[in-house]
Amino acid sequence: MFDSLSSKLTGAFTSLRSRGKITSSDIDATCSDIRAALLESDVALTVVEAFIEAIRAKSLAALPTLQSGTNQAQVIFEIVNTELIEILGGAGRRVRFAKNPPTVIMLAGLQGAGKTTLAGKLAKFYADQGNTPLLVASDLQRPNAVTQLQVVGESVGVPVFAPEPGNGVGNPMKVAEQSLAYAKTKLYNMVIVDTAGRLGVDTELMQQVIDIRNVVKPDEILFVVDAMMGQDAVRTAKAFQDGVGFDGVVLTKLDGDARGGAALSIAKLTGKPIMFSSNGEKLTDFDIFYPERMASRILGLGDVATLAEQAKKAFDGEATAKLEEKFARGDDFTLADFLEQLEAMSKMGSMSKLLGMLPGAGAMKKQIENFDESEIVRTKSIVQSMTPLEREDPKVLNGSRRARIALGAGRKVQDVNSLVDKFTAAQKIMRQMRKGAGMPPAMAQGMGIPAGMGAAIGGHQHGGQKGQQLAKKKSKSGNPAKRAAQEKG
Amino acid sequence: MGIFSQFVAKIKGQSTADPQDWQELEAELLGADLGPTLTFEIIRSAKSIKGDDAIASLTQILNSHLSAKPRDLIMSNDVTVVMVVGVNGTGKTTSVAKLAAYLKSSGNSVVLAAADTFRAAAVDQLQTWGKRVGVDVIAGKEGAEPASVAFDAATRTKELNSDYLIIDTAGRLHNKSDLMAELEKVKRVVEKTLAVSEVLLVIDATTGQNGIAQAKIFAEAVEVTGLIITKLDGSARGGVALAIESALDIPIKFIGTGEGDTDFALFEPSSYLSGLISD
Repeated sequence: MFDSLSSKLTGAFTSLRSRGKITSSDIDATCSDIRAALLESDVALTVVEAFIEAIRAKSLAALPTLQSGTNQAQVIFEIVNTELIEILGGAGRRVRFAKNPPTVIMLAGLQGAGKTTLAGKLAKFYADQGNTPLLVASDLQRPNAVTQLQVVGESVGVPVFAPEPGNGVGNPMKVAEQSLAYAKTKLYNMVIVDTAGRLGVDTELMQQVIDIRNVVKPDEILFVVDAMMGQDAVRTAKAFQDGVGFDGVVLTKLDGDARGGAALSIAKLTGKPIMFSSNGEKLTDFDIFYPERMASRILGLGDVATLAEQAKKAFDGEATAKLEEKFARGDDFTLADFLEQLEAMSKMGSMSKLLGMLPGAGAMKKQIENFDESEIVRTKSIVQSMTPLEREDPKVLNGSRRARIALGAGRKVQDVNSLVDKFTAAQKIMRQMRKGAGMPPAMAQGMGIPAGMGAAIGGHQHGGQKGQQLAKKKSKSGNPAKRAAQEKG
Repeated sequence: MGIFSQFVAKIKGQSTADPQDWQELEAELLGADLGPTLTFEIIRSAKSIKGDDAIASLTQILNSHLSAKPRDLIMSNDVTVVMVVGVNGTGKTTSVAKLAAYLKSSGNSVVLAAADTFRAAAVDQLQTWGKRVGVDVIAGKEGAEPASVAFDAATRTKELNSDYLIIDTAGRLHNKSDLMAELEKVKRVVEKTLAVSEVLLVIDATTGQNGIAQAKIFAEAVEVTGLIITKLDGSARGGVALAIESALDIPIKFIGTGEGDTDFALFEPSSYLSGLISD
């Protein structure tokens, strides 16, 4: 998602970077590029205007403090980044658990936003953390919504409270009310209430969801919104805010190529944080929403933090601990580690999604979406054809060893060469990253995976260069204005 | 209230609009999801209009952005096959049911094919609708190959010699090339038995500029012949549909305006335009 926005913004910054010295008219030109990009991305007009004004003012204020030779484009970039994070909701917020269980979460939103699927994802997310959620079928309106929730519940292994058949039969308020009593006797610690989709302008149905709210007194009301939504997002969000009210926002269908301006608009105009995002058809395609990560993604910096977390989930504890230890000792990341990771990776499936989170991913969107998964197998076969010594220390790889490996893997010598080159580059980045102070070990360890993977697979050149950019971003700038911008971020 | 009404009222009796009016018009058009490209185009061509012939000029300008293709369903001599496609949650299944009710009410025999075998309970949802509007639904099992369900449906409808076969397909995001390939296959396989006369893309009126990307990629994959705009009973104006017509020359054929099976109508460009401009 946000791909087009990020590629447009990246374009604006590239042209800015190509200038030696930035003048105020460059800033105006960049601002007008950003304005068009944001409008194209469905950000509400009022939000766009406010955003542009803030960027312009801050950029102009920063200009005189910059000495020539400093990376002025980078400073402006940081200003935009900071501003984006601020709009997207600053630091994210987690669900508030009730003092006396069950914690009640109620979902509300337009038709087709993805509430029912989301209910299942949310239930799985919390069940995996050791909670005991109960799904409640209070959408008695859409034909077979109840059945859908039951199917979803079954596939995530979460019970569904559905005393009414739906299809217009039954009272959703009663169902919600009964579910609380049921949850209390059966000791479920969380209740997730799915409600029917409704339009913001439908006062009758808005009253119905208010009635449900008054009965279940939810700890969290989540407004579920389609990331593809246009300018109406603002009107609809306002209507729900004034009607049933909500505490947080969930963005769905983020795996599309929508630019997701709705997210920016809703966060800005309702002041409610985006708490979760949902990005795929599988019930595990769901995560907490991180504003700073999304801002990085909009700006084309990649989403390495999410990647690190996904990687952590995918790798078994022992291997992860081993790798962490290795890192702590200051040992190098070797091809043997790389192979282990490749194996864990191939168990995970959707390589293209993981690659999509890499820095610079927007530029190779097409390649990533159509990533040839068998590339992993081919890469694995090359590493597997190496001796343990070669895996530990690729420096020993002379011509004859490379020829032997190519023969063993059924690949060309060039393939071996290119893998080794990219791996060496990745290894170098990892060393730099480790030197970068203040990075949590888990993140460094997680980043090792994408850095290695990104460089070694798929034959693209972005891994090394962009990785360096990232490493650079982590270090504090010597320039006061720049550092201030960083610290603020 | 139409998106141009305020503008028209303001410049009435004036020789031209002042900068403030243009800015307000721009905000209005952008707010209706026409998108920056179409908005700037319309404003550029509107710059020359005079206050008193504003309505006629605007109608003409907007008309030039509408598709000239026919808006009635293209009929086949054999069974007329209509495929309904779109991204997730736009209202495909509901639209299929409404279209069936619409065609049935004018005396046609209609068969529905439940080729959304992916989403949980989508087949049940269509069957419930089938019972409600009184048409037969041909379904496979959940998780069945959608192309095989569609093929069976085509074969059986041909035998029955019904007037229409409407195929409901699973929602898919247009950037998933494997799912788009699956959709192409559904069409290909149906065409072994019956020609597909119409591929209708369902666009949610709340959709923003992403709708253009949706239409473009669906059209590349399965030659979309028309649009169904849904959820027009909400506060969304559905301006992206206009942007799609303008950019891709795909006509809007139907609009959905509610959850009942009769909340559905043919798209009437002239009344639509007068609604935008003068109401």
